[in-house]
Amino acid sequence: MPSSSSSTRPRATWGLTLAALGTLLFLHVPMWIIFLYTLTPDETTYTFPLPGFTTKWFGVALQRADLWRALTLSFQVASIATVAALILGTLAAAAVYRSNFFGRESISFLLVLPIALPGIVTGIALRTAIGGLDIPFSFWTIVIGHATFCVVVVYNNVLARFRRTSATMIEASMDLGANSFQTFRYVVLPNIATALLAGGMLAFALSFDEVIVTTFTAGQQTTLPIWIFSQLSRPRDRPVTNVVATIVILITFLPIFFAQKISADASDTEGETK
Amino acid sequence: MLNRISTYFYQRPKLVLAIFLTPPLLYMVVVYLGSLFSLLINSFFAIDDFTGMVIREFTLKTYLQIFTPANREIFMRTATMAFLVTIVDALIAFPLAYYIAKFASPKLKTWLLIAVTIPLWSSYLVRVYAWKLILAKEGILSWFINLFHLTGALDWLLSLPGIGGSSLSLSPIGMFIVFVYIWLPYMIIPIQTALERVPGSLLEASSDLGAKPSQTFRTVILPLAFPGVVAGSIFTFSLTLGDFIVPLTLGNSKFFIGQAVYSYQGTGGNIPLAAAMTMGPVVIMVVYLLIARRLGAFDAL
Repeated sequence: MPSSSSSTRPRATWGLTLAALGTLLFLHVPMWIIFLYTLTPDETTYTFPLPGFTTKWFGVALQRADLWRALTLSFQVASIATVAALILGTLAAAAVYRSNFFGRESISFLLVLPIALPGIVTGIALRTAIGGLDIPFSFWTIVIGHATFCVVVVYNNVLARFRRTSATMIEASMDLGANSFQTFRYVVLPNIATALLAGGMLAFALSFDEVIVTTFTAGQQTTLPIWIFSQLSRPRDRPVTNVVATIVILITFLPIFFAQKISADASDTEGETK
Repeated sequence: MLNRISTYFYQRPKLVLAIFLTPPLLYMVVVYLGSLFSLLINSFFAIDDFTGMVIREFTLKTYLQIFTPANREIFMRTATMAFLVTIVDALIAFPLAYYIAKFASPKLKTWLLIAVTIPLWSSYLVRVYAWKLILAKEGILSWFINLFHLTGALDWLLSLPGIGGSSLSLSPIGMFIVFVYIWLPYMIIPIQTALERVPGSLLEASSDLGAKPSQTFRTVILPLAFPGVVAGSIFTFSLTLGDFIVPLTLGNSKFFIGQAVYSYQGTGGNIPLAAAMTMGPVVIMVVYLLIARRLGAFDAL
């Protein structure tokens, strides 16, 4: 909102500014500490201050075949879950946006359930279904689980964009003689493209990190989060875990950052995220 | 040809709607609701005490098991933790949300929102792991506590029964800190969204009518931010209720719901009991969501 010029905006009190800054630091500093610990030569404890500095753990981590396998699996799962979420989420958003039908309100409710209910519910529910139908655990059982909670991310992003797109543009396109496919290709798609990109990147990040549902749908397979989880409860390779944690932060940082930047630019000051 | 197809569909909006709606609905209903249904069914099964096999017959036996004192305690412990985490998150989140919504310049606002949402989306496991490093006995927090000569106070805190433990990284206090930390962004965003919708004219009107800033805050801003707090609490409460990673990482032998479900279905091999145990959070959350919708929390999401 450009109208709210800085002269009319009230000044925050010192107390509020400090409290806000404190919360911000609380959110971010812990992640920096992991970066610091990738450099520790200490293999068995988390001693602070670090007893020295070394960069050898990056090399050690790169040599680990189990890590590469886990990374590849997570990457594949996240890619396919994202594609599924993009298709299903966009279709649902388009349906909800263009028509008013019985039960329309319930669609949002149904889609948000997988992230509103505790992850363990989705996990154990899928687990009982997989067990009840005697489906063997596979790559696809992981993907199917992830897609359930990725759909809502794309849906929300695309629906928010549709609501900001003026319907007259679509009418104008049709009036000027474009058919539905042309209108979609030249008017609708360019309009929602960045929303698709943002939703897709968030869905990817969500799936890439997911551990709770995955625990119940992966069987013996190891995704990267499952690898990290096994290290959390029984740390064996502390230095390598530090490196992996850093890599995960870096891999997910860029898509999240750009997705948020896109949403922020599109919605201006509207605080739209999920 | 394309034009004719286009016209055909244009004249049949219901058909188009059906084509759009069928794939996502089919997926969510079959896979998701189907699984939830199978969860419900399984909670009415029981396992044979001798063979350990699941008997697929209707029984309420498994539900009776969740009311044993041990399991009741697990429910109470988890709900208390979820409640406390929600309260503290709301308190910590409010200043930052308020600052972003009402005081930050548009440019700063964009960056602050990105700064809040990056932790929200970034790896939850890694963020838990960070605290494993921080809270470790030999770790950074202990070093600072030692620096300020507060080690005695920390030892006293850790010696308290119920919330203490051998170190911060293995105690309910540690779990509480980590829960507050990891779910905090889920509270900030909805509160900020709700505050964003409070029109500036309303605040001016309040002060024109003679309210002191603190009165305006109490009687105008807080009530209008409340739906945001409720929306945020859906996440903080629900996520704490079902989490098993944090208790497994920082907890002790005193189970939380998620942990119990995890071990019943895994090492215990008792899927019916795990399913029955999960119905607790499901019922709590469905009721919570319905109330939240009444309170207008969904608009703040």
